[in-house]
Amino acid sequence: MAVETHLPYDKQYVTEYSEKRNEPAWFKDIRLKAFDLAEELPMPKLEKTRIRNWNFTNFKHDVAGNHIESFDELPEKIRVLLGEGVEDRNLIVVRNSDVAYAKLSENLKGKGVIFEDIFTAMEEHSDLVQKYFMQDGVSVDENKLTARHAALLNSGVFLYVPKNVVVDEPIQVVFWQEDNEAALYNHVLLVADQHSQVTYVENYVSNNEEEETVANTVSEVFALDGAKVSYGAVDNFAKGTTSYVNRRGTVGRDATLEWALGQMNDGNTISENITNLMGDNSLSHAKAVTVGRGNQSQDFTANIRHYGKASEGYILQHGVMKDRAASIFNGIGKVENGAAQSNAEQESRVLMLSDGARGDANPILLIDEDDVTAGHAASVGRVDPLQLFYLMSRGISRKEAERLVIHGFLDPVVREIPIETVQTQLREVIEGKVY
Amino acid sequence: MAGSTLEIKDLHVEIEGEEILKGVNLTINGGEFHAVMGPNGTGKSTLASAIMGHPKYEVTKGQVLLDGEDVLEMEVDERAQAGLFLAMQYPSEISGVTNSDFLRSSINAQREEGDEIPLMQFIKEMDATMDSLEIDKNMAQRYLNEGFSGGEKKRNEILQLMMLKPAIGVLDEIDSGLDIDALKVVSQGINQMRDDKFGCLIITHYQRLLDYITPDHVHVMMQGRVVKSGGPELAHRLEAEGYDWIKEELGIDDETVGQKA
Ligand SMILES: Nc1ncnc2c1ncn2[C@@H]1O[C@H](COP(=O)(O)OP(=O)(O)OP(=O)(O)O)[C@@H](O)[C@H]1O
Ligand SMILES: [Mg+2]
Repeated sequence: MAVETHLPYDKQYVTEYSEKRNEPAWFKDIRLKAFDLAEELPMPKLEKTRIRNWNFTNFKHDVAGNHIESFDELPEKIRVLLGEGVEDRNLIVVRNSDVAYAKLSENLKGKGVIFEDIFTAMEEHSDLVQKYFMQDGVSVDENKLTARHAALLNSGVFLYVPKNVVVDEPIQVVFWQEDNEAALYNHVLLVADQHSQVTYVENYVSNNEEEETVANTVSEVFALDGAKVSYGAVDNFAKGTTSYVNRRGTVGRDATLEWALGQMNDGNTISENITNLMGDNSLSHAKAVTVGRGNQSQDFTANIRHYGKASEGYILQHGVMKDRAASIFNGIGKVENGAAQSNAEQESRVLMLSDGARGDANPILLIDEDDVTAGHAASVGRVDPLQLFYLMSRGISRKEAERLVIHGFLDPVVREIPIETVQTQLREVIEGKVY
Repeated sequence: MAGSTLEIKDLHVEIEGEEILKGVNLTINGGEFHAVMGPNGTGKSTLASAIMGHPKYEVTKGQVLLDGEDVLEMEVDERAQAGLFLAMQYPSEISGVTNSDFLRSSINAQREEGDEIPLMQFIKEMDATMDSLEIDKNMAQRYLNEGFSGGEKKRNEILQLMMLKPAIGVLDEIDSGLDIDALKVVSQGINQMRDDKFGCLIITHYQRLLDYITPDHVHVMMQGRVVKSGGPELAHRLEAEGYDWIKEELGIDDETVGQKA
């Protein structure tokens, strides 16, 4: 099958799109430069996953979405994820490329918290957005997909928590691709200023079983000195969506960034999660669980880079592969020269449930500093037939036994996740993918 | 009706192409306790595993019937639902699945959908049974058998036996790894199951266990067959004299399954 590798949109289109959105000049400029870069730059380099035949170009770019008057208008899948008591939540629902619902409590507004869709934020807080947008986190010119991301950005949120402000309630966003062909070029920019604290939870949802489209999402998270950020995500794109997910953290002195990622897409996925521990005593946990099924192929990278002294990075990822699903789990701990007394640990475990499933774990430690602690554990294995025999010998059906083994395999990660909302969502989504 | 009947007829079992069981015959009626003894490597665990449907063992000949129903045609879970239970010599460890969730799933698997055991009733029964087996309450929330000591695993098997209340229990070396006090506690548990319906096949090397649980019948396995059967006195004689006299009586040189009789 010959796959179209050129975008169906030209520079003229990008210019008009930006003007229609009334974007500030600096951002229009980024878009246009990015458009040219996207033509030249190569695709991301993946050691072990072949993406040549993946769809990155067949999609609709500009699809509107209506406001919702009531949460009953949301599909079941989203209502389950949101759970009870939505009305009081600090929540944005993005529907295709528009905001369907947005709420931030007066209390948080009063404290100076900004929580807006990215286009509004560019209008109202242009300088602040410009300072962080694709500068020190993800760069436009990393590869063809980061460049396309900047050129075609059509959705996103901006969350800013001022100095010393502690946000107790989780801030939530749902990105809902209601249109089965609508692409999501989505940018999340989260800045937690010094000594602030916030928990952010996002969900991506689509239903395109047959129709093809693309998701290209970039998150940039800044935990400035002394800040604490918990970033939870449950990705849930349907089979037809090819996803490029790039989540990047920058962590200052005495700051903490906790990632809790449920990588539950049903389509082909590249997911890269890099955290730069810049400050002394910075800390990051990157926890991720995955269930692969059908024919999907996925490539996951969890990478923590230590620059600050006594920085600590812990990667923990567990994946279950069913059917003919294939996944690569790269775990990278990199300790730069000078990051003395740092600790880089990682654990990747993959369980394959069927003969056709494939999994691979690549633990990598790159250490340019003598005074460090580092360790890795990795395992890839098939489900133990004796375990299934044992469970079934108590009357439990094969399906139920497999369900128990899958939940059991993922639970050591799920139960470590510090955000309750994400734990609940994950158990729900895992349950849905087990059968 | 006085319980169920398990009939094993001329059972031949292979593992990886090698014949291990070479024609076992045994009938266990409800209400009866049978002990199976025999030296190491004579096919006792193979018999137990084959009855339950262990994936590695291939039955090449013979029959296993539960109340006339062909057990060998059943999936492993169907065998359990039909009333069979195997306490394993080496129970699997299953990470991430708590002991209590597993037990509840097992109990519910034997009940109709919509008729699941109420949570409170389950907890009460589990607590009481754990108490009677002197199992630490923490074990309920620990992952299934993970990091359990040898003796803890065995008690956990009996906990399952007592909660699932099967028609026929097969207990493979339930006494190995138990200290003297635990042996007493576990035996009491098994004896509690004893009524005119419950049938039990107890595989053991030691008279010790049979001091607590008096069997109605005792069988000796050698070379993948039952070579001698008798009453409780047979176990006493084995305890006192070992197996040599049987081998002499039957002209057996090497009792393991590798040898042709
Ligand atoms: N995977 C295997 N491949 C080949 N032979 C096997 C395998 N598993 C078991 N056997 C053999 O089958 C024979 C019977 O084993 P079994 O476990 O039934 O003995 P047992 O009577 O239960 O012994 P013990 O008293 O030591 O528990 C042994 O000789 C054993 O080595
Ligand atoms: Mg044995």
